[in-house]
Formats: sequence, C-alpha cells, structure tokens
Amino acid sequence: MAAAEGSGAGGAAKPLFAGLSDVSISEDIPVEGEITVPVGSRSPDEDYSTLDEPVRDTIMRDLKAVGKKFVHVMYPKKSSALLRDWDLWGPLVLCVSLALMLQGGSADSKEDGGPQFAEVFVIIWFGAVVITLNSKLLGGTISFFQSLCVLGYCVLPLTVAMLVCRLVLLAGSGTVSFIVRLIVVMAMFAWSTLASTAFLADSQPPNRKALVIYPIFLFYFVISWMILTFTAQ
Amino acid sequence: MSGAVAARGGAAADWGGFEDTMQAGGSSGSAVIDMENMDDTSGSSFEDMGEMHQRMKEEEEEEAEAAGGEEEDGEFLGMKGFRGQLGRQVADQMWQAGKRQASKAFSLYANIDILRPYFDVEPIQVRNRLLESMIPVKMINFPQKIAGELYGPLMLVFTLVAILLHGMKTSDTIIREGTLMGTAIGTCFGYWLGVSSFIYFLAYLCNAQITMVQMLSLLGYGLFGHCVTLFITYNIHFHSLFYVFWLGIGGLSTLRMVAVLVSRTVGHTQRLILCGTLSALHMLFLLYLHFAYHKVVEGILDTLEGPNVPPFQRVARDIPVVSSAVLNTTVKVMALTS
Repeated sequence: MAAAEGSGAGGAAKPLFAGLSDVSISEDIPVEGEITVPVGSRSPDEDYSTLDEPVRDTIMRDLKAVGKKFVHVMYPKKSSALLRDWDLWGPLVLCVSLALMLQGGSADSKEDGGPQFAEVFVIIWFGAVVITLNSKLLGGTISFFQSLCVLGYCVLPLTVAMLVCRLVLLAGSGTVSFIVRLIVVMAMFAWSTLASTAFLADSQPPNRKALVIYPIFLFYFVISWMILTFTAQ
Repeated sequence: MSGAVAARGGAAADWGGFEDTMQAGGSSGSAVIDMENMDDTSGSSFEDMGEMHQRMKEEEEEEAEAAGGEEEDGEFLGMKGFRGQLGRQVADQMWQAGKRQASKAFSLYANIDILRPYFDVEPIQVRNRLLESMIPVKMINFPQKIAGELYGPLMLVFTLVAILLHGMKTSDTIIREGTLMGTAIGTCFGYWLGVSSFIYFLAYLCNAQITMVQMLSLLGYGLFGHCVTLFITYNIHFHSLFYVFWLGIGGLSTLRMVAVLVSRTVGHTQRLILCGTLSALHMLFLLYLHFAYHKVVEGILDTLEGPNVPPFQRVARDIPVVSSAVLNTTVKVMALTS
C-alpha cells in the first residue's frame, strides 16, 4: 500500500516524494526490542544478600547510619536524612548513657538521692511521646516515630554536657565550677532546642510553630535542670 | 441453599450462637444439628474438611477477642454442618464481622483525632487567654464564654511541674518512697484533673451551665497565676512577698474563675457553694505548693521535734526549763540562717 502511494505521488511531484518508497516499512520485518524500563533492578538482589552477608557488615552499616545522624545533629542543616530513615538506636544509646551518668546514690542516703535510672528513662521517653502527640494534634505532618527519632537524637548535646559536668565536678564543686557548668549546660540546652526545632518546625503549619517549640523547650529545660543540679555522691 | 441465603441476608446475630460455640471449641452446647442449614448439595472431600477445620481454628483465635460483645442466641450449628461452601461462607462472614468489630473498637479508642478540635488554637489566642485569666469579668448577669481548649491548660500544667521540680530541688526535699518527678507530676495532674472533676460534679448538682472540657480549660488557665507566683517566690525567699502574691495574683485568678462560674449559675445558694469550694481549693493549693516544698519548712520541723529525746525512763530527769528554751531558740536561729 505504501509502495503504491509512493509510486502514485512520485508521478505527481517527483522531487518532493522521490525517496518515499524507500522509507516504507515492509511487514516482513518484525518489530522487536525491550520496552521495560530498568528500575534499579539490583534491589531484589540486595534483599537476598543482606541475609547472607556477615553480621559485621550489618552492624557496621547500622553504626554508620547512626553516626551520620549524630553528625547531622551536631551541625544542624536543613537535611532530611534524620527524618527519612529514622531509627531509634541512637536515642536508646543516648538515653541509657545519660540515665547511667545521672544516677544518684541509693534512696536511703541522707542527702537527696538524685534521679534514679528508671526516672530519667521514663522522663525522656514519656516527654518525647507527649511532644509528638502534641505536634500531631496541632496539625503536624510528621509521623510518630520520626518525631521520636529527632527528639531522641537531639539529646546528644545534653549528654555531652553531662560528661563535661562530671569531669568538672571531679575537679571541684565550688562556685567557679558551678558557673562553668551553668554556662556549658545552657549552651548545650540552646543547641539541643535549636537542632530539634530545625528538624521539626518545618512539618508544622507556619503560624503554629511557637506552639510546638514551647513543649520542646520545656522538655530540654527539665533535662538540663537535672544535669545542672547533679551532684556526685 | 436457602439456609445460606437467609444467613447472608440476616444480621450477625444469627451467627452469634455459632461464634459462641466456636469459641468454646465446640465442647459446650447441645449436640443438636440444625438440619435446615446443612448444605447437602456440595461434596465433602477430606481436603475440604481439613482446610475448613484449619481456617476455623485460626478464626477462633481471632474472634475470641473481637467478638466479646456478641449476642448469645440459642442457635447452634453443629460442627458437622460445615461442609464445603456453607462452611466457607460462614467462616468468611465471621471473619468480616470480627474484623469490623476490631477496627471499630480501635478507631474509637485509639484515635487521637478525637482530641484534635481541642488543640485548634493560634499562639496569639493562647497569649490572650493567658492574660485574660488574670482579669476578673464584671458582667456576671450574662453567661460568659469559655473557650474549650486543652493546649493552654496542658502546657500550663507541665510548666507547673517544671517549676515544682525546681522548687523541690532548691529546697532539698527528700522524697523517701517515690521520686521527685513522680511527685511533681502526680500533684499537678492530680489537682488539675481531680479538682476539675469535683467542681464539675458540684456544678452538675448546682445546675450550672458548664461542660467538662470547659471546666478543665477554666481551671487550667487559672493555674497561670500559680505558675507566676511560684516561679518568683521559689527564687526569692521572702515570706511577706509570698503572701502579697498569694492574695494578689492568686486572688485575681480565683476571682476570674469565680466570676465566670457565677455568670453561669442561677440561685444564691448554688453560687455560694460552687464558688466557695473553688476559691478555697484554689487558694489552698497555692499555699500548699509554697509551703510543702520550701527550705524553711525543714528548719521549723526540726525545731518543733526538738533534739533527740530519749525514751521515757522511770528515773525522773532534772532538765531545767531555761536551758531547753535557750537550746530551742539557738537551733531555730541556726536553721533560719543556714
């Protein structure tokens, strides 16, 4: 059919349609090729291979992810790595280490026993849950565990402050040490609050940011207060 | 198949009896087989029966918690009634009913969206309400509007917890059986929820027009005065300053709550009961918070108990009155200056 057209048109206007008959596709040649779009088809292979890889690789991968998030907290930029791949290992490690360092003496001692391990643990997790629920009720778009992850990771500066306080207390417990501890704790508290705000405030409607920031401020204030009033037994 | 059709058209109550017996594992209940509902047309192969039995067992475990509120009809379909298609339909229906019940229960109780309307505030509204909570209204003949909002009160209760913690730490309060944090949270939340419920109950008795959420909101915002007072007086330890704040700031916030309640209550006796109770509880709470966690209390307690008195002995001891008075005064002075 195309060849007939070509010869007919060729008779009418020869220079224009001269090579038209050469262009026609004969029906003898089947059209073939691959229509599928390669979509990173390595992922099924990866899933199978993570079961077979040595345990060290799995642990190192998780540790690297946790370490990367720590770096994100210490230098809070507007990256979404903390939110995208949330995990609760970092918060658990930080919470346990902070609770261990904050642990006071036994409750029978004459002075104030200081917060016990369970108390600190419960305060951190219960406080984080309350803040998350509050931000969700205020219309936030962040998920429950993402928020827990961010709040837990932002306890890192306060854990560093606790370490510094313990070292300073080893040196002495006078007024100078109190002033040093006060400055360190206040700086770390501001850092924690700013870091968590940088991650969480974007998920809120813009005119309600203050309503979400206040409970975070209160939460880190209570933790900072526990750190500042810690006295070694 | 008429039995199956009737079953499909009927409510879940028709199968209620069956589920009940299925949960019991078929051991209880009568052995009467309802011949009308048996499906005679389908063949019963052993594979069918086995598969049916397996699915039944799985659904049993799932239905055991979901079908708690099912009606208990007397209808019973014996185990032998489940052959082939009828059994499958029944099992399917059971599964659907159970799933529906479970998801209904879950969406009813675990849904935080119930609370969403109470958190719908703007920061400027919260600030205005905080300031208004200290200003008593003048117009008590017209029911005053109370915003049913829970964000402000919740944040105020948490702030009060933080301030209380600070006060307990600086006064070196020793809590023997319990924790500092637990006591602070328990006190504040207990006051907010408990007194709100109690005043709501009294309001119900006195025919006042107020809902529970409004009462929670009103009392929560009334804690703003408490927060301010305690924040200042935990850091500046002057007794006279505390009393001035107690009367001034505590009084203002109490007056506001009282005025709002009076505007919503009819009758002199009722107004008196409601507002008297609320003002007494509110003012006494501030007094309690100040004195329970204050440094000076420790000193006073020590002097009241006196030095360690040995147990009563038969031999009369000759302790001159003057020296014990001097001892008491010295200890008191030392406690106040330490």
